[in-house]
Amino acid sequence: MNYLKNIALSVAALAFAVFTVTPAQAAPAVKNLILATTTSTQDSGLLDELIPVFQKDTGYFVKTISVGSGQAMKMGEKGEADVLLVHSPDAEKKFVAEGYGINRKIVMHNDFVIVGPPSDPAKIKSAKTSKDALVKIAAANALFLSRGDNSGTHALEKKLWKAAGLDAEGQKWYQQTGLGMGQTLSVAAEKNGYALTDRGTYLSLKKNLGLDILVEGDASLLNVYHVIEVNPAKWPKVNSAGAKAFSDFMVSKKAQAIIKTFGVKKYGSPLFFPDAGKKED
Amino acid sequence: MDLILEGIVTAFQLLWALDPEVLGITWLSLKVSGLATIISVVIGISVGMIVALTRFPGKKFVVSVVNTGMGLPPVVVGLFVTVFLWRNGPFGFLDILYTPTAIIIAQAVIATPIVMGISIAALQNLPSKLRLQILSLGATRLQMVGILVREARLPLMAAVMAGFGGVISEVGASIMVGGNIKGYSRVLTTATVMETGKGEFAVAFALSIILLMLVFFVNYLFTLIQQRERPR
Repeated sequence: MNYLKNIALSVAALAFAVFTVTPAQAAPAVKNLILATTTSTQDSGLLDELIPVFQKDTGYFVKTISVGSGQAMKMGEKGEADVLLVHSPDAEKKFVAEGYGINRKIVMHNDFVIVGPPSDPAKIKSAKTSKDALVKIAAANALFLSRGDNSGTHALEKKLWKAAGLDAEGQKWYQQTGLGMGQTLSVAAEKNGYALTDRGTYLSLKKNLGLDILVEGDASLLNVYHVIEVNPAKWPKVNSAGAKAFSDFMVSKKAQAIIKTFGVKKYGSPLFFPDAGKKED
Repeated sequence: MDLILEGIVTAFQLLWALDPEVLGITWLSLKVSGLATIISVVIGISVGMIVALTRFPGKKFVVSVVNTGMGLPPVVVGLFVTVFLWRNGPFGFLDILYTPTAIIIAQAVIATPIVMGISIAALQNLPSKLRLQILSLGATRLQMVGILVREARLPLMAAVMAGFGGVISEVGASIMVGGNIKGYSRVLTTATVMETGKGEFAVAFALSIILLMLVFFVNYLFTLIQQRERPR
């Protein structure tokens, strides 16, 4: 029976270790704040800078759930998130109009760019606008990689195809990855395809990709991030005080200063531009 | 090739420097999957033993349900557990979604059928007259169970290893119910997915190597117990 004793002992030791350590991590329930946000804010590393400052200042514990903007808003609709940081303006307006969200505030912007292989088979580098570029890609039947996940980037991409009067979905040269921005860029790099990406994610991945920015600077490629509090009137369980605190923090001088300088050291240029208090359409 | 070398170098740098974040992630992986395995072993072997040693109508059906459960996709478990634990879901009052506890629950659900399925096969494989022989020698029922477990030690330890291997390596459920929250519910597999998404392939590679070393270490311990000479 010796080894049985042995198993029992090691099991007991492991169980003891687990139970004694777990409680230290548990935070009071009201302190928990669920932030549903896009992959770009997490993958770029921006939230790793902002969240600790917010937690230290306010004592909230932020649970960052990084998904696409579409899924983030779905979580808000179901009352499964407290506050959103998203970049899908049309869907956001609808979200607020339908009463799911309140206090939508502009936080920052950067821009989208169309990237592709340096050889540029569809010759989109000469395109004046993003619309022209998409028309050229379609005409050349050049491979285009779409997120295909209802993220903010995907929503904008669909809008651009529509503006160009093209129906890309179902075409042989149009492939949907269903992955996050970083992974979609990796697929595009591997397959020598084109893709629409936010500049932040592109810059942070650039060294491994071998993709070039081919189209940029178009007004339709603006990428604006808003913070939205989930409406506590719809979902009483929402941590509305925490949501308000986070929303106020994101537009505070302190956070805006962090956003302004984030990435400058590492990439030579900022990844996001602070916008708090600016007027928009 | 560069990437592989860089990954191996990064792995050892992270370990050598005792990087607190990586150590925390590694420790949490071991803790979460270890506890999930313990839960699955307790439920899996005890229920497995009842199923294996008793006769009841519909037994074949029950066994095939358990065997199907051995192939339960982690994302499916993750989705179900998420929906159940949602604030506005049936177990929302527990407030444990996006915590390590939620990962333990999901992983226990994944591992239990694996442990149970292999346990049933292991115990059914024992000579059927063995039980009668043990009882006729005057053993109590509890003693009989102890002897049967001992007889089936090799496959039962294989069940434990399969259960642990199934949960330490899964990512779908952990990311859905844990949320991959930094310093709180981030485990080795979800960190690897995130670093890959960020394009930090060397770090992702390093985390994978650490995961493999961890799994090897744990399985080595299990194997030592499994392969011990029987006391005469």
